[in-house]
Amino acid sequence: MTAVSDRQKLAYLAGQAADARVNVELETEGMVLNIGPQHPATHGTLRIVARLDGEQVVQAEPIMGYMHRGYEKLTEVRTYAQITALINRIDWVGSFANEVPFILAAERLMGIEAPPRAQWIRTILFEMGRMANIILFLGDMGIQVGALTPMFYAFRDREFILNQIEAVTGGRFHPNFDRIGGLKDDLPKGWIEDSHTAMAKVREICDIMEDVLLGAEIFEARTRGVGVIPPDVAMQFGLSGANARASGIDWDLRRDTDVGLPYGQVDWKVWTHPDGDSFARYWVRLQETREASLIVDQLLDTIPSGPVMAKVPRIIKVPEGEAYVATENPLGEMGFYVVSKGDLNPFRVKIKTASFNNLSITPWLLRGVYVPDIITILGSLYFILGDLDR
Amino acid sequence: MTPLLALDPAYWQVTTLKGILALVVVPTTAAIIAFVFLFKFVSFMHNRLGPMEAGPHGSLQLLAEAGRFLQKEDLAPEQADKRIFRWAPIVVMVATFLIYVVIPAGPNAVIEDLPGGIYYVLAIASLSVLGILMAGWASANKYALLGALRAAGQLIAYELPMVLAVLGVVIQAGTINMQGIVAAQMGDGAEIFGLPIIGNPYILTQFVGMLIFITAIQAELSQTPFDMPVAESEIVGGYMVEYTGTRFLLFFLAEFSSAFAFAAIAATLFLGGWALPHAWGIPYGAMHVLGPFVLLAKTMAFALIIFWVRFTFPRLREDQLQKFAWKVLIPVALANIMLTAVLKVVF
Repeated sequence: MTAVSDRQKLAYLAGQAADARVNVELETEGMVLNIGPQHPATHGTLRIVARLDGEQVVQAEPIMGYMHRGYEKLTEVRTYAQITALINRIDWVGSFANEVPFILAAERLMGIEAPPRAQWIRTILFEMGRMANIILFLGDMGIQVGALTPMFYAFRDREFILNQIEAVTGGRFHPNFDRIGGLKDDLPKGWIEDSHTAMAKVREICDIMEDVLLGAEIFEARTRGVGVIPPDVAMQFGLSGANARASGIDWDLRRDTDVGLPYGQVDWKVWTHPDGDSFARYWVRLQETREASLIVDQLLDTIPSGPVMAKVPRIIKVPEGEAYVATENPLGEMGFYVVSKGDLNPFRVKIKTASFNNLSITPWLLRGVYVPDIITILGSLYFILGDLDR
Repeated sequence: MTPLLALDPAYWQVTTLKGILALVVVPTTAAIIAFVFLFKFVSFMHNRLGPMEAGPHGSLQLLAEAGRFLQKEDLAPEQADKRIFRWAPIVVMVATFLIYVVIPAGPNAVIEDLPGGIYYVLAIASLSVLGILMAGWASANKYALLGALRAAGQLIAYELPMVLAVLGVVIQAGTINMQGIVAAQMGDGAEIFGLPIIGNPYILTQFVGMLIFITAIQAELSQTPFDMPVAESEIVGGYMVEYTGTRFLLFFLAEFSSAFAFAAIAATLFLGGWALPHAWGIPYGAMHVLGPFVLLAKTMAFALIIFWVRFTFPRLREDQLQKFAWKVLIPVALANIMLTAVLKVVF
């Protein structure tokens, strides 16, 4: 949170006093509603303290940290090879995507570049992690606004992605497959054809969701104009990923930075939406999922041959230095700032995750909305608790 | 009315029988609705099997569930108003029982054929909100309170379009007696477009009224898209949030049994209830046996619509629901009444 100036404090107190006067006139009494830490809409343990006037939120404050697991400190006592297994658990629904920025940062420090085939497969798995993550969101948003059925379709078709990830890495949720200098293994036989089928399934579920949720009038009534984030506010709060793009900010790290993933080789598009409301956030994520499946299709057709592992020393010692690499993860910008003193383990790792920034806007966003809109807004901002608290 | 068999039971015997029937009918109908729609129909919609273990195709699942609920401890929150907290589910249950009193399932198969049947139903239907308010207030839980207040606001808002929708039927039938409404649709001389073969089900002439009635019962029963009083993803079950065990089971049974009851009322009002068209020439005596099955079939058709909508749509917001009731449903219902009255005079 930014520091609060005296003027802001006074303005806030004046606002509260005005509220109190209205409440005295109407003889109403405020109510503090604790949403969470155990609540079905918080996907884990997030707590929102909402001061209500009737059904309207006067002020809401998210309280984070119920799931803080001290990952930044834990990385300092682990070797680089062990860290990938740990950071897998940050954003647990798109796990492979967590490994990539860390490995890229370590590679940059060591001056190693992964061979082209490894880069290609890395990008494919990265995008599959994105799809596995966002398809979950596409169904989950239905539950947040009360539609039960889309969730089951999303879970059914998410399996196709998880099966593909499992076929390569052996792990459905926590692949732990990325290595400094390349990948653990090559692709299994017949995987490329199967993946094309899976990508077709992804586009199919996107079409279904477009029909079932985006096309439903009630869904539109619940999401349009709810939780509008103007682009300048989105910038100030440091939103990233689909939340920023839904506010009309044309910014995607996959396109705008070159960290050694072959996004420049594919023909694809960054989707933005001018509205900045919950509907726009859902719409942008849906388009991104479809776009990701098209990216994977193109990458699958152009995989170069060759080794999947560069020459790296058997015992990895990262030379002294520091590097920051950020990638466009399913939830937004995820960056690893790695400081090495030349040991077996990093001296310090700072993990920047998207959910923390994305959620920091909630006190600003939740003023004046109704109780059901809290859930819609939280759902559409889309955070994963592991990513929020690390 | 002719006696069903050549029996002339004493008053107390009839009353006892009716009491037993009323006690049996609520759990049975709740079980039918819960199994067919909540367990199976929704599972097929979700691309899954649903319960399969208890009994053939999981048909005894509800018994297993009931057994589980009955074993649980009867808990009440520390801060709760214990007496009211304990009575609330019973009030809701009684309100459900009372609806069944006037629903005819055959020429004589009605617990009490009140002269003002449909009027009685509309009056009794708002009784359950009392139990819900009791539950929400006595739970000493903010979620429960929000849910109960939402329920109260919603049920009041949707009572009116429901009454107005029924009024169209009443004008056309010329009676507020349930048996009278059935006879007007399927009895001797009921015909539409000169075709006595299908009788005169009001689903054809009162189609707008039927749509309004279905929407209103959807809200009355707190089913999605009008399920804000329970809204699991926001207020975590609303007024039921503190209930466990047997008392939760009572709420559960009341919910599904009243879904059946309202579907049966819709079937009576718009499809002719237990009767088949008079022109089919089925002997009147046979309807004593056939009637309940005919009613069941028609009721299930309406229940299908209720649950189909429930599992398809997202939930509306409270203010949108109120707007929809006052700005759309009520004007349309009033227009429907006017049109019906004019046509009644013309023809």
